[in-house]
This record gives sequence, structure tokens and C-alpha cells, in this order.
Amino acid sequence: MSEPTVRIQKIKKDTVKTRLIVFGTLAAILLVCSVFCEYLTPYDPYLQDLSNAKTPPSAEHLFGTDRYGRDMLSRVIAGSRTSIYSTLLLVAIVTAFGTCVGVFCGWHGGWIDTVLMRISDMFLAFPGLVFALAVAGVLGGGLQNAIIALAAISWPKYARIARSQTLSQKETSWLKAAKLSGSGTWKMIFKHILPNIIGPILVTSMLDIGTMMMELAGLSFLGLGAKPPTAEWGSMMSDTRSLLATHPWVTLSPGFAIFISVMIFNLLGDTIRDYADPKNRMSC
Amino acid sequence: MEPLLKVNNLTRIFTRAGQPDFTAVNHISFDLYPGECLGLIGESGSGKTTVVNMITRLLDASMGSIVLDGEDITNAKGSELRKVYRKMQMVFQTPTESFDPRRTLGDGVGESLRNSGMSREETKREVAKLLNDCGLTPEFAERYPYQVSGGQCQRAAIARALAIKPKLLICDEATSALDVTIQQEILALLNELRSRHGAELSILFICHDIALVQQFCDRVLVMYKGNIVEQGKPNDVIRNPKDDYTKRLITSIL
Repeated sequence: MSEPTVRIQKIKKDTVKTRLIVFGTLAAILLVCSVFCEYLTPYDPYLQDLSNAKTPPSAEHLFGTDRYGRDMLSRVIAGSRTSIYSTLLLVAIVTAFGTCVGVFCGWHGGWIDTVLMRISDMFLAFPGLVFALAVAGVLGGGLQNAIIALAAISWPKYARIARSQTLSQKETSWLKAAKLSGSGTWKMIFKHILPNIIGPILVTSMLDIGTMMMELAGLSFLGLGAKPPTAEWGSMMSDTRSLLATHPWVTLSPGFAIFISVMIFNLLGDTIRDYADPKNRMSC
Repeated sequence: MEPLLKVNNLTRIFTRAGQPDFTAVNHISFDLYPGECLGLIGESGSGKTTVVNMITRLLDASMGSIVLDGEDITNAKGSELRKVYRKMQMVFQTPTESFDPRRTLGDGVGESLRNSGMSREETKREVAKLLNDCGLTPEFAERYPYQVSGGQCQRAAIARALAIKPKLLICDEATSALDVTIQQEILALLNELRSRHGAELSILFICHDIALVQQFCDRVLVMYKGNIVEQGKPNDVIRNPKDDYTKRLITSIL
């Protein structure tokens, strides 16, 4: 009788696993590209060749060239380092910081919780990108300041998730049982709370990789992130937006790169959520 | 004989903003002697769980004192409290929810042993033995809580509670979430453990089913709205109830 349900669970588990492998591999390829971008670019991404400017995509230049005759494919590959690296760094900082604050607040409670949560409310009260603009404006342009600006507005989300999850974990019988088993605060946090709350937090951060990538590109597009001639997808789109009607490949190739990477990371985030759900891991 | 657990004038008042204070437990006192099984019975909201939470120090008492094995634990904290937990363990109402879904039953059962400094291999052997004592095979140590039935999980929970060899076992509605036949199995297991441990193990048995209490306990306390309204031997209480609530409770099951 139980045979059919067992099989269904197995199939479901398998598809999740396959998706995880597929999107994990794709994301890994992106990462490898960004790490080894010097060796992967067919041409020097900064080498200008004005006689060859604005040529349409051809066998020689797969994505064409921009107005200075720089090979677009090389620039898109070189841009992956700036874009993906800084996005991952940003998400890692924000996730770690937000989670720490949230778990601390949820666990400790009391006035510290109130103070920290009101501070996070303050950050949430600003429209995100406007606040990032203000921070980037005060600290000056540049990729580093854009990361700081976006980190400042993004951590409260993680703090709130971590806090609410910690609060609900605190009420569970298994945590009481762990306490009765003589586990100290750190043991309870690292062995029982974090493993149970990390799923939703990781999913949020995975889904946020896409958003952050776009916001970083957005700040760069507005001239507050990476400065030209640094190859960065947002600033590349910004530089060439006037060419959109006449030479669309110049604008579209970094745009397409953003689109593809954002999508891969979003799908990876979804898959990790499905995989992390303990109910999906029923293995009978 | 010295009581193992001495609860004196225990009171818990919940303060709520904008509402009058609520006295969940109102100056209750009782003793629990070594080897005894004491039943605590009452309807939902009568304060049974609040009493248990105060005894296990999951909740602070507003007034009164709790003395376990000659030691005042009313305000025990930190490492002092961890020592207290080596004498007192609890079995929870919902079996599957009392185990961390990300860890195996074996991890849960062995946690107190690991925390008391036992090595990994020794803990593994000990866990297998404990599971065996509670009517489970050692393979259950590798299972996750959602892979076993409620009754099996409750057996593992009893194994976990007994791992550290406590003097006091608190069963907070340990059989309420189980169906009748499994309830009987768990009671049989508890009875067997009692006869095996003798005066080494006392049980505080919280329940809302007077029939179970009659079957299992040496003495019973009846709680109603935060007060102990009646106490005595289960048969005396059932045959000759003095309090109105107890009368209603008994007529309701007949």
C-alpha cells in the first residue's frame, strides 16, 4: 500500500536534486568565469581600436564592438568579475550581519531587541535606492561605497527574518528539550537554532543576489558605482545607452549578461529553498 | 522520608498591558517523595503546564520556592541550572515536535550524555542501550523525527529523558497526543521503568484523563483555576470527591 507514495517522494526528491545540480553548475560556471576572466577574454577588454568602432556582431567579434572599438564579449566577461564579485560580497556581508543581529535580538529580547529593531525600522523607512543614493553621494562614488550604501539598506530584512525565526524556534519543544539536556546558549544557537533558520535566510539571500546585482548595476548606471572605463555591466549599459537605437548590441550584451546571471541565481535560490525543506528529504 | 521535590507556595502571575493581572498558579504547595508517582490533573487552563514550566525553570516563579533533592532551585541559572537538569528530565506532550527536525533521534537521545562529556562512541553505545530499554531497535538512532510514528517518537523521548539517569521524570501530558492503544503501551513502558528503577525514579505525571491517573499514580492532585482543590489516593478521590470540580470531572467520564 505504501509503495506508491514512497515512489512519488523519491521522484520529487530526484527532480529537486537535478535542478540543484543544473543551476548549481550554471552558477559555478559564472563564478569560474568571473574568477578567471583574464584568461577567457578573446581580446583585451580595454584595448581601443577606433577604426573598428561600433561593428555589429560577427565571427571575429561575437558581441560586436563599442564606440571605442573595444570587443564587447571581452568586456562582458571582464565585467562579470566586478559585477558578480561585488554582488556576492555584498550579499555575504548583509546576510552575515543581519543574521547575527536578528538571532541576537530574538534570543536576548528585552530593551536591546527593541533598540536594534527600531534602528532597523529606521533603515526600512527610507526608500531603498534613494537612501543608497544619499550614502553613495555622501561617501562619494566608487564600487566600494556603492556596496556600503546597499549593505546599509539591506541588512534589516535579514535581521527581521532571523529574529522572527529565532523567536518561533525559542518556543519549540525541541529547544526546551535541548535546554533540559544541558545545552548552553551557544550550543543551542549553533546546533539547533541556526540549522533550522538558515534555510529561509539562505533562500532570501540567494533570491537577493539577483536584486542586489541589479541594484549595484543600477547605482553604476547612475554613475555612483564603478567608474568608466572599468568594465561593469551597469556602467557599460549607462555609457552606451545613447547607442540603443542605432547599435543595440552594445547596450544589450551587458543587459543580457545581467538578465542571465540574475535568472540563474534566482532559480538557484528557489531550488535551494526546495532542497532545504526537510519535508522534501523524506527518504524511506 | 525527605521529599525529593518540595513545592512551597508556588505562584505565577502574568501581567498583561491594559488588562488585570492573571494568576495562573495560586499559592500551591505539594511534596513528591522518592519512588512515588504523583498525578497532576485538571482541565485546560487550570495551570498544570505553568506549574511544570516553573519546576523545570523554563518559566520564572512569581512567588514561592521549589526545592529539588534538598537544593533550592527557584532561581537557578546557567551552569547551576544545567546541574539541576541532571536530576530532572521531562517528556513533552507532542512527541515529534520535541525532537529537532534536523537531527536524528540518536542525536537527541544522546545530547545530554554528550553535554556531560561522554565520548562519541560511548554515547552511541549508550543510546542503543537506552533505545532498547524503551522498546526500540538501535536503528532508530539514525532516523529523523518525521520518519517515525508518534508512539515510537515518544519512546525515544522517554529514552532521552532517562539518558542522564534523573531522579525526577516529569511527563507533561506525555500520552495525550497518542491514540488509546499506544497510550497503553507508553504507560506499560513507564510502569516497567518504574518497577526497574524503584525508589531511584519519581514521576510527576501531568494529565487530564482521570482514568489514566487512577491506573498509574500513587497519589493525585486536582487543580482547578490555579489552585489545588483536592488531593489523595486516586481511588479515594474518585469514589469520594469533595470538591465540586472534581465531582464534575468524575461524572463527565462516567
